Amino acid sequence: MEDFLGRSIEFLPLLWKGVLVTIQVTVGALLLSIVLGFVWALMGRSRLGPVRMISRTVINVIRGIPIIVQLFYVYFVLPEFGLSLDALAAGVVGLGVAYSVYQAENFRAGFESVDPALVEAAESLGLSERKILQRLLLPLAVRTALPPFGNTSIMLLKDSSIASTITVAELTRAGQLLAVSTFQNMTVYTLIALLYLAMSLPLTLAVHQLERRMKR
Amino acid sequence: MISVRNVRKAFGANPVLRDVSFDVAAGEVVCLIGPSGSGKSTVLRCINGLEAHDAGTVTVDGLELSRETRRAVRGRLAMVFQRFNLFPHRTVLENIVEGPVHAQGRPAAEAAAEARALLEKVGLSDKAGAMPASLSGGQQQRVGIARALAMRPKAILFDEPTSALDPERVGYVLRIMRDLAEEGMTMVVVTHEMGFARDVADRVLFMDGGRIVESGKARELLTAPREARTRAFLDRVLNPL
Repeated sequence: MEDFLGRSIEFLPLLWKGVLVTIQVTVGALLLSIVLGFVWALMGRSRLGPVRMISRTVINVIRGIPIIVQLFYVYFVLPEFGLSLDALAAGVVGLGVAYSVYQAENFRAGFESVDPALVEAAESLGLSERKILQRLLLPLAVRTALPPFGNTSIMLLKDSSIASTITVAELTRAGQLLAVSTFQNMTVYTLIALLYLAMSLPLTLAVHQLERRMKR
Repeated sequence: MISVRNVRKAFGANPVLRDVSFDVAAGEVVCLIGPSGSGKSTVLRCINGLEAHDAGTVTVDGLELSRETRRAVRGRLAMVFQRFNLFPHRTVLENIVEGPVHAQGRPAAEAAAEARALLEKVGLSDKAGAMPASLSGGQQQRVGIARALAMRPKAILFDEPTSALDPERVGYVLRIMRDLAEEGMTMVVVTHEMGFARDVADRVLFMDGGRIVESGKARELLTAPREARTRAFLDRVLNPL
């Protein structure tokens, strides 16, 4: 135990850089996934059949491919089409796109939970479609989508470790390198696990707080 | 004020309105009665374009309803719903100013002042900051009426406004509606409240099977209906046992 504490003090500064990169990847991918997910969800509500079909197809294709394969594709294959991203950017884009489809489904569930009679009430007040989206659908959809959104965010935090496979020096990769060079597997991987927990628990609490605030 | 001419409407292969025509003059109160599925709510929803009619014309205040004019028509009307349909994430006051501020573009302060006056009128001046879920059904419907009035509408459409209320709450809502009628508001009311129709309506239309079977002065139609179907309906409603 004393050994563990001693080595922890030695290793933590080395892992700290990894934590920062993990946060970068998670936050970047989360924002991208929210924006893209919102686009897919809106397209899924379009009046135009082909637009809806594109949205459904994107969601089903992306959801059906392992995230690690998507990351490989962004990092190793896209350069052949002239789009070279550094590892961090590729990780953010790959994870953001992969997770956008889950966000889209969260949004969709949120939109579908809104009573159509409320939309009729808003329509009969003469509100424009845009105002109805802004002032009625979005606020109500977000309330319903928040719990699954929290879940998705925590999954994304953990899956940011997949970015280690395309050389992003986030927490898991920083730890692997440390473990290989020191042979202190137990200390290193325990620390990594605790650091992920230290990031996910506050996220859980934050989402809970938001949920309670929104219920009023 | 409102003119409905030869309106037809089908849901798929199922016709719900077959050639419906009637007029509502300014200041007139018209009640639509009839059995469930007779098309009375659909008529109401065709007037403000919540349902698109398949054929015929609807004209409100000289403006013919179409896809292009729909929002302008809605700006001249207001609707009160059976299930209130208040916005659950907004306070009572916010519900009332939603249309004036965000559809009609009126100044927020002016709309809020008017909303408070309307709350006073429906007896809820202490509920401005309350959330709809904390109100009883009767109170919610009074907010629904205040929200409709805040639009300064040329006419109000009521879709079974008291059908979802506890029986002892119905009276207050009906009295507010009667007061509105006496102030000269143009009203089209789908209702099962025969007492209200008899005492307040200028005219009653009896609908069955997607048609207006009979129309006439409220008291005459309700006490001495000419058509057998009207008689049978009124008999069932007035003497349920």
